[in-house]
Amino acid sequence: MNLSQALEIASCTDPGIVRSHNEDSIAADAAKGLVVLADGMGGYNAGEVASGMATTVITTELQHLLDETPPYKLEPGSGKPYAERLLTDQIAKANTSIYQAAQSQPQYSGMGTTLVAAVFYDNKVSVAHIGDSRLYRLRGETFEQLTRDHSLLQEQIDSGMITPEQAKFSQNKNLVTRALGIDPTVEPELHCYPTQLGDIYLLCSDGLNDMVSDVDIGMTLQTLSANLRLAAQQLVQMANDNGGRDNVSVILVRVVRDYAAPRGWISRFFSWLR
Amino acid sequence: MAAKLILSMDGLVLKEITLTKERTTIGRKPHNDIQIDNLAVSGEHAVIVTILNDSFLEDLGSTNGTLVNGQPIKKHFLQNNDVVELGKYKLKYINDQTSKQASPQDFEKTMVLRPGATPPKPPEGPKPPEGQKPAPAGPAMGASQPSPTVATTQPTPTLSASQPQAVKPAAASQAMPTMGASQPMSTSQPMSTSQPIGTAKVAAIQILSGANAGKEMELSKALTTLGKPGVQVAVITKRPQGYFITHVEGANFPILNGKLLDAQAHPLGDHDIIELAGVKMEFFYKA
Repeated sequence: MNLSQALEIASCTDPGIVRSHNEDSIAADAAKGLVVLADGMGGYNAGEVASGMATTVITTELQHLLDETPPYKLEPGSGKPYAERLLTDQIAKANTSIYQAAQSQPQYSGMGTTLVAAVFYDNKVSVAHIGDSRLYRLRGETFEQLTRDHSLLQEQIDSGMITPEQAKFSQNKNLVTRALGIDPTVEPELHCYPTQLGDIYLLCSDGLNDMVSDVDIGMTLQTLSANLRLAAQQLVQMANDNGGRDNVSVILVRVVRDYAAPRGWISRFFSWLR
Repeated sequence: MAAKLILSMDGLVLKEITLTKERTTIGRKPHNDIQIDNLAVSGEHAVIVTILNDSFLEDLGSTNGTLVNGQPIKKHFLQNNDVVELGKYKLKYINDQTSKQASPQDFEKTMVLRPGATPPKPPEGPKPPEGQKPAPAGPAMGASQPSPTVATTQPTPTLSASQPQAVKPAAASQAMPTMGASQPMSTSQPMSTSQPIGTAKVAAIQILSGANAGKEMELSKALTTLGKPGVQVAVITKRPQGYFITHVEGANFPILNGKLLDAQAHPLGDHDIIELAGVKMEFFYKA
């Protein structure tokens, strides 16, 4: 099933004002309903290598596999859609690739990356994330964060030690508790959300949400929702205008059409007509 | 650079204490890390829990209470220059991350926290948090450590349990992270659009033609849209270097001083004339 008529995607990535390298990496395939964003870490160019490997491995593998296996089909064992199995497996594969490269080549030693990857299918989105790269959703007037960071700060908020308000003043912003490629295995966090017509999904690296408040991000998306490409550029520009201290990447996905999986022969016929 | 406390009484500095321990206790009894031998101070008066660059003050049910910046507190997230008062004694909290800035390349790099790697500053008498394996302080590249997934799925109930055992810079080629070398406090807070960005003057738009002629709109927000949704919309963005106009939607592009614009953002000058969806308006800076 080709989703390029159902999803509108725009993206933008920028090294920011302070850094010379862009260690973020993004990939998107509207036809397959696939978006991937990674924020690499490591010395010299190792961060770029790690995030690049993550997006490349996951995107190319999933492009193949999504053709072979319909993502909405339920897995017999778990009763969960195949999309989640595919995401988990390919993330594990990317983890192994990065980990092995880091182990075998001294210049890549210790490299790793955060990740947020989403697959759209059957009027749903399955999202996997590791670390502090985020997925947000704008639905009508409501702009909210759907992923929860794997970071020290989030743990402190969860345990009630500090409030989200106080978290803005924390000095421990840049510490993630999970990353791809650091250990032999990694556990991604997976969730599935039903989508609605007009929803706008935002995937971003911490370079955006550290520099621009959620309120301002939501307002920008709402104001510029008519022009997704401009909205993506505007978000990056706002992060840079506020100091641009980190690489900043955004991917925006808007649901413009119903994309329910073809079930009976009638819907199959109509999807064939499209 | 670790945070520190400056103990004083009646403006006289008595002592300077660096917060290197996970728990720094304050009280009258001699076993406290900071002993204040005064009857107004309880035996075990308060404790400061330090987690990497952040410190939290907690009153331990003292008789006379603990004040921060004049307000009584039970628990408080300490900020640079906070003044803690116990009776007549004052403790000033200094955690100036900005002055000790390392090279800009170095600061604020995302790092991974893992249980079981070498802590940059091992806490005295380390006690492994419950539910986590007491991992030996091995080399940072220890390969077979379990992923630190425990605490994210189950919020940790106590302060000490979320104390990380180690911090590992993702870049092994870099030296141990200097904790003080991160974010300058003043700029780390996300800016809000309610406050003007930069020092630029505020501008406004006055409508010159059509039904709303004469109306004025102040451009105080970061983004202001003009036009009719679905027909023609442009946005004026307020940036540190001034105001810009960009086409958002519609088949027709805005006209600026009689010239048709393209898809790029264009800077706006004082008394520029914008034409949009058949309506003329003037951009000008307010005095």
